[in-house]
Amino acid sequence: MSDKMHIKLNVNGEDHEFLAEPRDLLIYTLREKLNITGPHVGCDTSHCGACTVTLNGKSVKSCTMFVAQANGAEITTIEGIGQPDALHVLQESFREHHGLQCGFCTPGMITRATKLLEEIPNPTEKEVRFGMAGNICRCTGYQNIVKSILAAASELNAAQEAAE
Amino acid sequence: MIPAAFDYYRPKDVEGVIALLQEHGDDARVLAGGHSLIPMMKLRMAEVPHLIDLQDIAALKGITIDQDTITIGAMVSQHELINHDGLSAAAPILREAALQIADPQVRYMGTVGGNIANGDPGNDMPGLMQCLDAQINLLGPDGSRTVAARDYYEAAYMTDREDDEILISVVFTAPVGGFAYEKQKRKIGDYATAAAAVQIAKVDGKVASASIAMTNLSDVPVWSQGAADELAGSVCETATLKAAVAAMLGDIDPTEDNRGPVAFKRHVAGIILTRAITRAWDRA
Repeated sequence: MSDKMHIKLNVNGEDHEFLAEPRDLLIYTLREKLNITGPHVGCDTSHCGACTVTLNGKSVKSCTMFVAQANGAEITTIEGIGQPDALHVLQESFREHHGLQCGFCTPGMITRATKLLEEIPNPTEKEVRFGMAGNICRCTGYQNIVKSILAAASELNAAQEAAE
Repeated sequence: MIPAAFDYYRPKDVEGVIALLQEHGDDARVLAGGHSLIPMMKLRMAEVPHLIDLQDIAALKGITIDQDTITIGAMVSQHELINHDGLSAAAPILREAALQIADPQVRYMGTVGGNIANGDPGNDMPGLMQCLDAQINLLGPDGSRTVAARDYYEAAYMTDREDDEILISVVFTAPVGGFAYEKQKRKIGDYATAAAAVQIAKVDGKVASASIAMTNLSDVPVWSQGAADELAGSVCETATLKAAVAAMLGDIDPTEDNRGPVAFKRHVAGIILTRAITRAWDRA
């Protein structure tokens, strides 16, 4: 077994320092070591996107990153996006538009969607579908997910305009 | 899935990488975006006792456009490539191809260098680099050398690169004329059932020169000189397209797999190439 490494992560604004084997995958480190269980393990093969986190400004599938690669990174998970008593606009929109059924894919969906709307604040339906292509949902057929994201974009843009 | 244990290194410069590769030989591998290597390590189909992460090496990053010479560093991600305005203007085929690779999350991590170096027949950049006649810059213990992309691929996962060399960058001349990267896949994010990279230069209303490369239709990318020759001097009329497809079909060698039997792949290759030539000619 290889030596453990000293790892530093900033997750949702909070610093964490711990020892880990380099081979530990980021998703299992978040879930099992740091008890941040919003990101889910769906396929464990970088297809489904349930494990999506934002790492140094990129949407990343955390099942396909070693914790050693993430050392020093700033990470945002669904826990850093909204709270049960203070939902993010996207979370509220998914609830409003029935953008989930079983909910398993939802943390990854919403985490990815926050980044998508940062990059394309006013996306077309096609851009939403293309931008969400790395996240798989087996319940909704995607219609309501797309609807939720488009509605959240409108709301965020309206809030932005009101603020200006 | 948990990979076998390894020692992890994150050197700051290429000399550090070469030294590690020399020290550990076959037991060491470099890690770029990791989206080919890490899944193989998780499946334990690849065991890498010494893993060398390239993320901190500034010399492997960046896109430079100097007159009509374009250089892309090995660690440029597909996401960066897609969003580079200068590159999209100078060589738009790259953006068109990169947008058809995997999905957004994978494109943030996946690199141009990894896609070229891995030697996976399903990767899109190798055929594209052959279409553009790119030169691949390698660095090893004895210094640097350059290999044409058209000479680089030997067999699936086997390339001209030695174990103690790393891919530094690719260089090519900005292409002129029309372009198309056409890819048939089973679903979004998939590797190609068949893909075609086509560049066509037009002079006086006719094809002055063309370059055609096919992806995932052999154990290496296939640059088809014969198909390009059929187009030269033509106006890409139906008979010419058929002749070009026939020439291309003589050069590919697909095998049956979960993307279909050989006859199907040859059929798809013909349709994809016809579409790619038609679109490139329209844009020329």
